[in-house]
Amino acid sequence: MIAEIALAILWLAAALAVLQLGLGSYALTARGAEFLRAVRPIAVVQGLLVAVAFALLIVLFLRTDLSVKLVAANSHSLKPLIYKIAGAWGNHEGSMLLWVTVMGLAGGFVALLERRLNERTMVATLAGQAFVSLGFYAFMLFSSNPFERLNPAPVEGNGLNPLLQDPGLAFHPPTLYIGYVGLSIAFSFAVGALITRDVGPAFARAMRPWVMGAWIFLTLGITAGSWWAYYELGWGGWWFWDPVENASLMPWLAATALLHSVSVLATRNALKAWTVMLAVVAFSMSMVGTFLVRSGILTSVHAFAVDPERGSFILTLLAIYIGGALALFGLRASTVTEGAKFHLFSREGSLVMNNVLLVGILGIVLMGTLYPLVTEAFGTKVSVGPPYFNPVSAIFVFPMLVIMAAGPLMRWRQDNGRKLANLLAVPALVAAGTLALVVVFGGDIGVLPLLGLVFAAGLAVASLLPLWKRNLRRTPAHIWGMVIAHLGIAVALAGMASESAFNTEKLVASEIGQSHTVGPWTIELQGVRPIAGANWTALEARLVARYGDSNVQTVLNPQARMFASPPTATSEAALLTRWNGQLYAVLGEEGDDGRWQLRLWWKPFVPLIWYGGLLVGLGGVLSLVGRTARDLRRKGEPELEPASEPAAPKPAAGGQEALA
Amino acid sequence: MIRALILFLSLALAAPLAAQDSLPPAPYAYRQLEDPAKEKAAQDLMMTLRCLTCQSQSIADSDAPMAGDMRNQVRERIARGEDPEAIRAWLIERYGDWVSYEPRVTTMTWPLFAAPVVLLLLAAIIVRKRFTRARAQGGKS
Repeated sequence: MIAEIALAILWLAAALAVLQLGLGSYALTARGAEFLRAVRPIAVVQGLLVAVAFALLIVLFLRTDLSVKLVAANSHSLKPLIYKIAGAWGNHEGSMLLWVTVMGLAGGFVALLERRLNERTMVATLAGQAFVSLGFYAFMLFSSNPFERLNPAPVEGNGLNPLLQDPGLAFHPPTLYIGYVGLSIAFSFAVGALITRDVGPAFARAMRPWVMGAWIFLTLGITAGSWWAYYELGWGGWWFWDPVENASLMPWLAATALLHSVSVLATRNALKAWTVMLAVVAFSMSMVGTFLVRSGILTSVHAFAVDPERGSFILTLLAIYIGGALALFGLRASTVTEGAKFHLFSREGSLVMNNVLLVGILGIVLMGTLYPLVTEAFGTKVSVGPPYFNPVSAIFVFPMLVIMAAGPLMRWRQDNGRKLANLLAVPALVAAGTLALVVVFGGDIGVLPLLGLVFAAGLAVASLLPLWKRNLRRTPAHIWGMVIAHLGIAVALAGMASESAFNTEKLVASEIGQSHTVGPWTIELQGVRPIAGANWTALEARLVARYGDSNVQTVLNPQARMFASPPTATSEAALLTRWNGQLYAVLGEEGDDGRWQLRLWWKPFVPLIWYGGLLVGLGGVLSLVGRTARDLRRKGEPELEPASEPAAPKPAAGGQEALA
Repeated sequence: MIRALILFLSLALAAPLAAQDSLPPAPYAYRQLEDPAKEKAAQDLMMTLRCLTCQSQSIADSDAPMAGDMRNQVRERIARGEDPEAIRAWLIERYGDWVSYEPRVTTMTWPLFAAPVVLLLLAAIIVRKRFTRARAQGGKS
């Protein structure tokens, strides 16, 4: 019964979305003004209904109801509880339901809480949002029903791909989805504001928390995905420029540009058209990502089923949304005024340049990801990988890092550069010092890692400078947020550069009792024994590691696991983290001579990659909380800061205030 | 339930056997070259070769038997003193462009290399257009 009830609820929610779109559109006409008030409640109820449907799907998975096709195909009665729940979205149909659920709930939240925006723009936004949701409702109800029954019900389910049976992975897809959907809300706001010709600071302030939130989730999702690839795939790689990874990186790049642009619009009333355009691009990228990942056009753990019908459905949705939004933009572009003016050499100017560079990186990633699909259509299979992406994106990344170091120290509207030169002397010296140190002691590490280390050092110092001479306790939270996020980029960059520069690797066929050295470590293989878990069996090695001359011994237990259903082998790496890096050990197969394959890596400072990602996310959270609290306190008042920052030099404290 | 348990146990016991490869692994699939410089050259090359039977992984990142064989090939040829780019060319001849993550400039792939130039030009035009206008108007006010 549960499946049927859930399906009925899903249809009802879809019907409400139709109503939300129809009534919302009618309410915007001259005659329909009386219906303006009806749209918000509809959006709330629609969100609640679809959430109930999703909750019921989780219930079906919890009960392992094998008469439901989706459960039989993706679950197993012996699976641990957490993966039964995660199994609900670890497949195509479930993930689509998760998508509309997050979208419906977000729409409900907007309808319930957002009171600053002009009511007509609000209704246009909700109608736009219903339009986007409807595509996904149609997709689900007509071609991928999550509640389809299976008759007769099988005795046991197929189980979930063991690679995905990992705590990190249980939460990686919802995190990214929330990010994607947050961008769809930003898109709806942009569409709403274009329809009512209302692109201005109020619109930017309503949109900003959603962009921020989406960006935080994307940041954390990408960080978690990279960490997962690092320890779960068993080879210590953390980024492969795999199309699926790029699919999550592209919306992040667009969202990063949008985030900065929307802030300028909210506080300075500038960059109007650019912000709207970026909102469209950001959502397009999340649709392109969904298309790449879900259409089956790529073969990977993420493409649950290879089904051309689904691919063409998503492609059609993509064309309708993006084409529609661009057409609307074209029609209304002339009515979107440019906004406040500023010089190239100013805070806004540096933000614009960095936005352009971010979009440049986005262009490169998009090109490198899609181009192999194009050539394949013409019958030539080519691969585009790190040797292309690394150097080509570096052309854009390094100038961006310089501007990122300088931008937050500049004045709004126009900067005369004198104070900036003084402030930037410090990070420049640090960068030069790092360069000297690495060249003298680092050996031959390659150009990109060298540049990475140097720029990371300079940026780390520069990112802290906005706090210089400030009263730290009275510094607003969003300034802290910016500083921490920028510092996070420097930290992550240092980790990436260090990983490619200083890695040491040891591959051995080891007898029991034999010792090996990798980097500063001495590692002894003491034994291998079989063990069993809930739904797997494994061989587990006992390795004893010593660092340098130290007598402290640490035991590492890498495993080679065999999952029963579906039958899959995975290797569980053992990691040992020190302040200055990570030891990474993997157990391979046993040879005919009774020796065991071991793969050992010493990766100096590699955890900085993910600590950096977390810092970036934390910065986002601080900024979001700070901005939201500020917006709530100043309810109704315009947030516009004094538009004309005096060109004459002011006392230091006043100059710093302009950073807010 | 009992049937499920029996099924599970039989699979669990059979699985490790199925995982054993019938052929002995190639000597250099999981062994480094003694000369660190040569090993580094091999490693750098392996990072840029696609494992043909995997999902977007290089042969340096894969447990697939074919990736192991290819690592062995690469290491043996490097040990014999062959040039890494010659090995890449040999592999491309054998498996097609698909095997190399480093796209060559051909009539098919030139847009990939034109893209950064075009994007940089576009960026310059956008910034220039925006700011010459702003300066002109800012100067008047």
